[in-house]
Amino acid sequence: MAAETARPRPAPPRPTPPRPRRAGRSGGGERALLLLVFAYVALTTLWPLAKLFAAALQPGEDGSPLGLMAEVLASRATARALWGTLATSGLSVMLSTVLGVGLAFAVGLIRLRGRTALVFLILTPLLIPSQTMALAWIELAGAHSPILGALGLAPAPGTANPLYSVSGIALVMGVEHMPLVFLATRAALRAVPADLVEAARVIGVPGPRIAAGIVLPLVAPSILAGALLAFTAAIGNFGVPALLGIPGRVSVLTTLIYQRLNGFGPSAAGQVAVLALVMAALAGLALALRGLALRRLAAPLPAGRPLEPTRSSPAGEVVLWLVVAMIAVVPLAALVMTALMPAVGVRFGWETASLAQFAAVIANAAVRRAFANSLLLALACAGIAVAVSVPFAYLVARRPGRLVRALDLAVEAPWVIPGTVVALGMILAFLPPLPGLGVSLYGTLAILLVAYLARFLPLVLRPVTAAAQTADPSLEEAARIVGAGLARRLAFVFLPGVLPAAVAGALLVVMTALNELTLSALLWSSGHETIGVMVFALQYEGNSTAAAAVAVLSTTLLFGLCALANAGARWLPERILPWRQ
Amino acid sequence: MPHLAARNLTKSFDGVRAVDQVSFAIPDGAFLALLGPSGCGKTTLLRMIAGLEDPDAGELLFDDVAVAGPRGSLPPEARRLGMVFQSYALWPHMTVRGNIEFGLKVQKLPAAERRRRIEEVLEVVGLSGHAARRPHELSGGQRQRVALARSLALRPRLILLDEPLANLDAHLRETMLAEFRRIHSMTGATFVFVTHDQEEAMAVATHVAVMNRGRLEQVGTPEDLYRRPQTESVARFIGRGRTLPVEVIGTQDGLCTVALAGGVLKVDGRAPPGPGWLCFHASDLAPAPPHGHFAGEVVNQIFQNGVYATELAPLGIEAETIGLALPDRLAPGTRIEVRLSGGWVIPREAAVSPAFAAVPPVRSPA
Repeated sequence: MAAETARPRPAPPRPTPPRPRRAGRSGGGERALLLLVFAYVALTTLWPLAKLFAAALQPGEDGSPLGLMAEVLASRATARALWGTLATSGLSVMLSTVLGVGLAFAVGLIRLRGRTALVFLILTPLLIPSQTMALAWIELAGAHSPILGALGLAPAPGTANPLYSVSGIALVMGVEHMPLVFLATRAALRAVPADLVEAARVIGVPGPRIAAGIVLPLVAPSILAGALLAFTAAIGNFGVPALLGIPGRVSVLTTLIYQRLNGFGPSAAGQVAVLALVMAALAGLALALRGLALRRLAAPLPAGRPLEPTRSSPAGEVVLWLVVAMIAVVPLAALVMTALMPAVGVRFGWETASLAQFAAVIANAAVRRAFANSLLLALACAGIAVAVSVPFAYLVARRPGRLVRALDLAVEAPWVIPGTVVALGMILAFLPPLPGLGVSLYGTLAILLVAYLARFLPLVLRPVTAAAQTADPSLEEAARIVGAGLARRLAFVFLPGVLPAAVAGALLVVMTALNELTLSALLWSSGHETIGVMVFALQYEGNSTAAAAVAVLSTTLLFGLCALANAGARWLPERILPWRQ
Repeated sequence: MPHLAARNLTKSFDGVRAVDQVSFAIPDGAFLALLGPSGCGKTTLLRMIAGLEDPDAGELLFDDVAVAGPRGSLPPEARRLGMVFQSYALWPHMTVRGNIEFGLKVQKLPAAERRRRIEEVLEVVGLSGHAARRPHELSGGQRQRVALARSLALRPRLILLDEPLANLDAHLRETMLAEFRRIHSMTGATFVFVTHDQEEAMAVATHVAVMNRGRLEQVGTPEDLYRRPQTESVARFIGRGRTLPVEVIGTQDGLCTVALAGGVLKVDGRAPPGPGWLCFHASDLAPAPPHGHFAGEVVNQIFQNGVYATELAPLGIEAETIGLALPDRLAPGTRIEVRLSGGWVIPREAAVSPAFAAVPPVRSPA
């Protein structure tokens, strides 16, 4: 060899290199990480869901295979609840779709002032927890309505609230899930290149024909996908049918499960597991159809300058604000006014308004405990979700094996299937004493935490994984080259890159978990109430002014968090906060 | 003693062989350029040297000790080398100082020593006074220098550079090439440099390894590759070389007697009698009226850099056109005689290269 090309140098004493070890690329550290993530997912997700399946598929009393399932499916109560679920969900989706598509087209095509504020208001029905939404609408439409009463339109005292019906449930759920269709449609509209519309305008096609003939067909698959998402949400909704359907004797699957478990205790777990499986199947079907709609129907669009609203329409603007006021502002106003009433039935007016209800609920130890519990749960859940998501996302983005991909898919399940199903899985898995420890998690705050973790992990994992996948992998490779081991790379190189996404995800978890009801309603125990349970219980007892006061307090807390997120928005990744685009 | 050696290194991705049975050995302190078109496997080879990819087969040795092979491989964190990435891979949340210091902290160097090293390497790359900047506040050339400083700080004896000049403009590229050469001679470390640009490779490297479709075509000094290519593809790739099919009649003392277009001439080379390739460059050709080694017809001419770049169809030879520079404008179809003043003969079936570790490159004339 041409050794002369190198300058002769005294050979420095060389340290003996470490022995090669097997499989340098996927080192032992990464395997340990994978094992930890697997154990976490198995405990919070796989085991509870497996228990649920096992319970639903157990033989009947006579020992016939799948006998329990046959029994439950044949019962009249099941048929009624299934019909109730399909009717309320179906009707609500129609309303969600009409409202969501209309608002998305208006916001996307009309030049508007205060667009961000308007979009935020359109999204409030989704941000506000469903029990609060339901309560607000009850107060708005009821005999003691402070707003309809002032207008002389309130139903006569003594008559039932008109919302305690199938159409009432559909109305409130339709408004609550409208933002899902709105967001899907709006995203699709922004992907339509402006030149497709301009080409039509140049050959003289009038505006409405362009909207109906060109833009609508292009965004139709996304609308369908959004509508199916709204349908999934409606099937799993507990807060609205619980507050409107139980007094109105409208049975749906979520409330039937709740009532069975409340009435018969854990002995009914097998029966309700069958109902939960039915719900999961409905949701799974809707989500499969959604995937199909997005893959098969959507035409690939060329990239281009996005469609910007060009024309102003003062009349349209007025109508838009009126609609938004009706769905977002008026019900909340009714809720606030109810909270300001000294007692149920007192006519609302400036001279009668008082903060007495607020003082009373704040003085109530159970309410204070509920706020403390919910805050603790939300913060702990957000913190743990971040701690799990960072290494999880590292594995998904950098070492995607078959197991990692399967886990990544599995953690999605508790978020997309109805919360009631998840809660039931938790009861079945954690009611028996933990093997080896002899303690049961049921009746403690821990079971709520595990359930929240299972359900809300995707809210952090999705943005963190997305950030990890767009980051340059050579940043970590460069750290390996200078000798940094896995723990150090995760802490000093990977984490700083995904931190904004993790913070944004954690904020979403806190906002969602703070007012959680569906899981809490089945898993709470005395001393371990949450805010959602408190609102529900107060309303159930007939103390609607106190319920309203608690709901107003928790909503204020929620809006405070939104404001915090908004103020920090420039440090967060784009498109994480749904109202900022 | 060779510092870096590979034996039959092989790596496939989804059944496609990215690196195919590559063997080579380069001495301590060499500056090796891995040269080839994009997708030829040169970056995969570099990443295997770094430990960022594990070979499917074969062995990689640093100082005769296997770091990757059938018995497992040493992870990159234990290989004690430096690497400059194509994207520079500067950690965006750290300052220039933080980027350099991170590796030093990992190696548990005391604070005073860290400070000294940081000052030293920033001085070497000419960025003293920029320690507090963040990567996004630097220009492309400065980022490149920080990436280099970061890998120099640990004083590795092997530094890998993955297309480090790809993201720089032409002027900066020349400056950085000179810098690489200066720093290479200053540190005495072995450099391995991946590039698709042969002028870059020729300008800095003591050794050039030409890769094509995952295989190593030839390793040698820049002069070797230019004057004594071992395969037809190297001959045509380096310096826009030309090849003509010839018949080797005899070979003696490093000179081959070949038959070309009815004539006979002697050219450097070691091909055995039989079919051969005559390899040469445009600068080896000159018009030679009235009688040269072969004749050709003018096909096309363009005026370029003060001469007429002429495309010539050789007469009596099965070959595509060849190029040479002429002082005059000639009508297409004009017949001219051409003389060959250099060249190199290789066997024609030499499509598959021999294992290069076994064949020492010919020493270049002093």
